[in-house]
Amino acid sequence: MKKSILEVKNLKKYFPVVGGVFSKPIAWVKAVDDISFNIFEGETFSLVGESGSGKTTTGKTILKLIEPTAGQIIAEDIDITNYSASEMRPLRRDMQIIFQDPYGSLNPRLPVGEIIREPLLVHHIGNKKEQEERAVEAMQVVGLRPNYLRRYPHEFSGGQRQRIGIARAIVLNPKFIVADEPVSALDASIQSQVLNLLMDLQQKLSLTYLFIAHNLAVVRHVSDRIGVMYLGKLMEIADTMELFNRPLHPYTQALLSAIPIPDPEIKKERIILEGDIPSPINPPSGCVFRTRCIYAQDICTEKMPQLIDIGSGHFTACHFIKKGGKIELTKKS
Amino acid sequence: MEKELLLEVKGLKTYFYTDYGIVKAVDDINLKLHKGEVLGLVGESGCGKSVASLSVLRLVDQPGKNAGGEIIFKGEDLLKKNEEEMRKIRGSEIAMIFQEPMTALNPVYTIGNQIMEAILIHQDVNEEEAKKKTVEMLELVGIPDPEKRFNEYPHEMSGGMRQRAMIAMAMSCNPDLLISDEATTALDVTIQAQILELMKGLQKKIGTAILFITHDLALVAEMADTIAVAYMGKIVEYSSVKTIFKDPRHPYTHGLLHSIPSLITKKTKQPLPAIEGMIPSPHNMPKGCYFNPRCPFATDICRKQMPELKEIEPGHLVRCFHPVENGKGVSK
Repeated sequence: MKKSILEVKNLKKYFPVVGGVFSKPIAWVKAVDDISFNIFEGETFSLVGESGSGKTTTGKTILKLIEPTAGQIIAEDIDITNYSASEMRPLRRDMQIIFQDPYGSLNPRLPVGEIIREPLLVHHIGNKKEQEERAVEAMQVVGLRPNYLRRYPHEFSGGQRQRIGIARAIVLNPKFIVADEPVSALDASIQSQVLNLLMDLQQKLSLTYLFIAHNLAVVRHVSDRIGVMYLGKLMEIADTMELFNRPLHPYTQALLSAIPIPDPEIKKERIILEGDIPSPINPPSGCVFRTRCIYAQDICTEKMPQLIDIGSGHFTACHFIKKGGKIELTKKS
Repeated sequence: MEKELLLEVKGLKTYFYTDYGIVKAVDDINLKLHKGEVLGLVGESGCGKSVASLSVLRLVDQPGKNAGGEIIFKGEDLLKKNEEEMRKIRGSEIAMIFQEPMTALNPVYTIGNQIMEAILIHQDVNEEEAKKKTVEMLELVGIPDPEKRFNEYPHEMSGGMRQRAMIAMAMSCNPDLLISDEATTALDVTIQAQILELMKGLQKKIGTAILFITHDLALVAEMADTIAVAYMGKIVEYSSVKTIFKDPRHPYTHGLLHSIPSLITKKTKQPLPAIEGMIPSPHNMPKGCYFNPRCPFATDICRKQMPELKEIEPGHLVRCFHPVENGKGVSK
């Protein structure tokens, strides 16, 4: 039995939309709406989905960088849902994050050595000399020359900055890292370098990743399991190969078929979804995907389907996909 | 039968004269685009692909300047035209769509008015006809309820809808050439699929040639007939889409194609064969071939001399002393 390093139960995060004279909430953005999943020790679990699907909010809520509205977050058997900032601090040594924007996530006024050393400072680990040694070590691990220690972030390229962000995340020897779109701001030739680094570090440091990305080819390459999000809900969870070979949810099918393939000889049948993603302020009743789903029936308007295990760890949330993988989808007339 | 040549860019140079020296953003670029064809111009940031497209429309701002070459469009050199003649060509014969439709559209005018403006400027029609044509265009690009959408402002539309409106505007004067600069990069993948489908459909229906600029190799594989790969302001490889993907000969193209994660391979979670290093600073370009510091096959000559763009087999041009053969470099 694989050990869960993190368990998320019925997690919700609603953001208020304020208005009126007293700035009272007049509506709620349901960024994350009742999702549950586990992350196993040593694996890469990925969340994919389009913009506004709630994947970044999920990542930040898990680390309690954002307070959840409801639900439970259990990290290694400890319920951290209601932990205060000071209660969280010792746990943060084990849980780190890498951000998407390598330009916005590094303090421009601090030299690189200081940026990487800062987590050690916050957690009172070692004296200054030891901290600097560990910063140098982290730089070497991520492929940055230690003599760059006194340089400032603006002197580095995007790829190198992402390496600095990674060095900062690993300097505390964490167990778990949330990597939020870590390569999407990078050029193709640099992207593969950083992906290689992340995979290499996972092996060397026995890391568990929550990998958040929209590039499905990248996700396929690095993940063990994948969760597909749409409008704050989880639509499908499965092992990587299972998901790509046998996508069951109509949204996953459309999403995977939309990926452009770098091979002109392959002409694939594409499912083109109609319309846009609805607003998360006023999501459709019942199944949130029904407005764009070619199989939608009356029941989809009435009831939100539950995410159920249809066998061997493959979960989907669709009224017409039953336990054991029986599919009863019929195109709407 | 050889198709009619629409655009021929010959030895185009666009240099930026900055305080720190001259940046050769576009450095001797040659492109050929036939009527109704799609030419993909691919490269990473800083390779000069956007500057090249702006140069074709003569829209490069100070300190950028044309430093030589010819842009032959329908038999005439655009570089010899005056500003007024250019204005007539822009928007009517050559139209352009950009990456970020929110910044490319005017936020204080309705979508309808903006498209209508282009029609009124370039076509001899009255306002009523222009409005009718605008609604037709909105419908053509798949915007639901076009009459109502006519009166909407850009901020009221989603990213995908805005990009559709941009395309409607670009296509409204039946251009011979459409330049698409990263037009789907900011869009989600399902919306991107919609827009690409739309562009392909329009291209077939109207017969517009497209200069398709992107950093995404997968997109050119789907869209283009011919591909030009740019690196640091120079074309390094040029061929039909099939040849480039099957038999890439320049080490950069080869490396790039192998480094992107595949959707087919069963061997995931393995190290990707990445290209080493990073692009050089435009203020400190390497001697010889610009790719030599990152090239696994570089030899002494590559460090001394810039190779010419040579035709190594019919229709396949490569700028390299040691073109890749059977997936391997020739000599080290």
